[in-house]
Amino acid sequence: MQKKDIGLLVLILVVGFVVALINPRFLSPINLANTANLVGLFGLFSIAEAFVIVTGGIELSVGSMIALLGVIFVDLVVNHGVHWTLAVIIVILFGSVFGAIHGFLVTRMKLQPFVVTLCGLLIYRGIARFYTKDATAGFTFGQTFPDLEWIVAGRSFGVPHSIVAFAVIAAIAWVVLHRSVFGRHLFAVGKNEEAARYSGIRTGRTIVAAYVICAALTAVSAVFFAMYTRSISPSSHGNFYELYGIAAAVLGGFSLRGGEGSVVGVVLGVILLQVLQNLVNLLGIPSSLNFAVMGTVILGGVLADQQFTRYRERQRAARSLED
Amino acid sequence: MTPARPSLLRPAPSGSDGDTLSPAFAAFPRDAFLSLRGITRVYPGVRALDDVSLDIGAGEVVGLIGENGAGKSTLMKVLGGVIAPTRGAIEIDGQSFGQLSVQQSFDAGIAFVHQELTAFDNLDVAANVLLGREITGGWPGKWLGRRLKLIDRDAMARAVQPILDRVGARFTPDTPVASLSLAEQQLLEIVKALSMNARLVIMDEPTSSLTLTETNRLLAVIGELKANGISVLFISHRLSEVQCCADRVVVLRDGRVAGQLAKDEIDHDAMIRLMIGRDIMAAGAPHDHAPGAASLQIRGLRTAANPAVAVDLNIHAGEILGLAGLVGAGRTELARAIFGVDPPDSGALKLESRVLERHGPFDSIAAGLYLVPEDRKGCGLILDFSIPQNISLADLSGVSARGLLAAGRERAKAEEQCGRLAIRTTGGRQVAAELSGGNQQKVVLAKWLSMRPRVMIFDEPTRGIDVGAKAEIYRIMRELADEGVAILMISSDMEEVIGVSDRIAVMCRGAITGILERRDFSEQNVIALAVG
Repeated sequence: MQKKDIGLLVLILVVGFVVALINPRFLSPINLANTANLVGLFGLFSIAEAFVIVTGGIELSVGSMIALLGVIFVDLVVNHGVHWTLAVIIVILFGSVFGAIHGFLVTRMKLQPFVVTLCGLLIYRGIARFYTKDATAGFTFGQTFPDLEWIVAGRSFGVPHSIVAFAVIAAIAWVVLHRSVFGRHLFAVGKNEEAARYSGIRTGRTIVAAYVICAALTAVSAVFFAMYTRSISPSSHGNFYELYGIAAAVLGGFSLRGGEGSVVGVVLGVILLQVLQNLVNLLGIPSSLNFAVMGTVILGGVLADQQFTRYRERQRAARSLED
Repeated sequence: MTPARPSLLRPAPSGSDGDTLSPAFAAFPRDAFLSLRGITRVYPGVRALDDVSLDIGAGEVVGLIGENGAGKSTLMKVLGGVIAPTRGAIEIDGQSFGQLSVQQSFDAGIAFVHQELTAFDNLDVAANVLLGREITGGWPGKWLGRRLKLIDRDAMARAVQPILDRVGARFTPDTPVASLSLAEQQLLEIVKALSMNARLVIMDEPTSSLTLTETNRLLAVIGELKANGISVLFISHRLSEVQCCADRVVVLRDGRVAGQLAKDEIDHDAMIRLMIGRDIMAAGAPHDHAPGAASLQIRGLRTAANPAVAVDLNIHAGEILGLAGLVGAGRTELARAIFGVDPPDSGALKLESRVLERHGPFDSIAAGLYLVPEDRKGCGLILDFSIPQNISLADLSGVSARGLLAAGRERAKAEEQCGRLAIRTTGGRQVAAELSGGNQQKVVLAKWLSMRPRVMIFDEPTRGIDVGAKAEIYRIMRELADEGVAILMISSDMEEVIGVSDRIAVMCRGAITGILERRDFSEQNVIALAVG
């Protein structure tokens, strides 16, 4: 755990403490479980986003992919009678293809990630709307999928399975990003792609892999969201979700220039964002200020982090003169 | 209180009427106009400068040499007003100052030409030279233009052109700086200093990126400055240059003045002895033994930069093949094509009689062909990574098991290499950005030497590195060669090329114009081949 992450943890505890004081319902099991459920749901694609940001890129089409893949999933299961396990695999495959296309456009065609994924954002949502002819996709009355629902939307001992899934995936992501050779490649490519090439790292493959991983995790997230909302309105489902992902990653220390960040930080970032959301509800703050509160806290967090980094650098410079 | 300057030399602030910026003559006293008296600068734990006294007369060219850490940069910063001395005084035109501010230094006519170039590459040459002093009033009419502060591009070009001619620059005032080469950008810095009618021009390693021709041109410019009564303080690692144009040489060692040499006392060996007391080239000099078999055979290689020319070359095991030529001759392009970073248009490579399939750096590295690039900060290192992380970067499988990194092995490898190459660190988690140039280059070397080199290409291996570290790098290269590695060394430093190579290949405009054997080594022969 790096020093920044500790700062973030302290902030979460302070905010939680203050909210609990003002409205003790914050700590009620139902509220905690609901918040945990949201953390799990939003966290899955936040980790996905982090993988792309570490390479110095960005993925703006996460929300639209959640809409499109969710719509496809529901359609396969409901209208085509495909067994849900197969449907999940198909959806992940679709996601991976999208990711591969993004990666190809960024590495081979040398387009900027912002542009590529912005177009993705528009295109995928458009396809989703066309797919359902702008109608809401949902499960027909009485249709249940007990196994799938239990796995994705169920709870054990009051703990939502979504946060369990998030914890598992976060742990795997931590190992991959911070302890594996592939993770070292990601950091190197994000920091200085040229130097990474000169050291024999296949930068093209590494970047494409990052986009594929992001899209595959987003696909998993899409399934979770589909079962959570149970009906998908393609024009609004998943709207702006990529911003939550980017915000969580930035709070977690991922510089948009690439080459920095920690998985623990992203996890804490997701928790903070959902706690803030919860705070707005529980404190009776008009929900219209929801985004304003989040934006202010993120800005404050990033500013504080920046100041802390400069302070540390000055310390380092002073120390090196003493040697 | 700033020292008053004769108004003849000072350009009018923010915009000027005149079309020319050539300095007017003024009658300066020939004795010292700038004196440093007992300058001491102490940092916690280190004396960067220790009782340094120095006089600079008008029109004097003073060479300042010393190893990294000797205090040259600190002295420059004191003169430039960036740092205040802990003790001592600076005298300018008889007025004494405990410290200078940047503005005072500027007003006194002290101009810097930095080693780290700071040109604005989104603007053109004239804009850069006259930044902050733009000439207004061209369009739509002189009066209106000046009122509205609209830039008069023609007048700016007319003002800048004479200075460009004086330094022999091949670019024009409207050339975009982004299209200038490194050497040309350095000339630009000098043009800028000249345009400010400096009385003292301080040049920090000005020739480190210049070729022979450009260096000679620069030395001629220095001569011209001197003739116009402008003093030059010249920091350089290239002792031959200091030897040829300085009136006096000051040698710094460990923050003190180790000695001064007058013009007739200036001698290569004397300077080295004052700096470190040993002969550096000896470390890398070739032994007398027959060359081994051809390790790397290059046939018909055409680079994207020079597709009309096919290069054939053999590099033998155990030899250091120097590759000389003017800037723009295509040497770095050749190195990158061999290594695979820029795929060549066509050509074949055989490494120890195995044909090398051309795909990219990954394949070259797998075959034992490594490149130490020219741009060590941009391409050789990841500055924000720690030393062990940089050293392991090209061979992560060597410090990992089943895809997971083993931090212990990475640290052990780094310790081993740091010991072997004498890389000085402060311990703890130092990142590569904090190291000196010499140590950074050693980290790049450590990365490759920790693997199994068969052929190594060094592109300007000792540029911007102090003398002590240079000697160590020559020693490392020679040891590698003695172990059977084939080495291609690209260098623009004539001393280095002649002193360290077994053979010298010379390039001109993408083609190899000739290969010299040891018995034919001489500056004239190399230059003759380099100009085609």
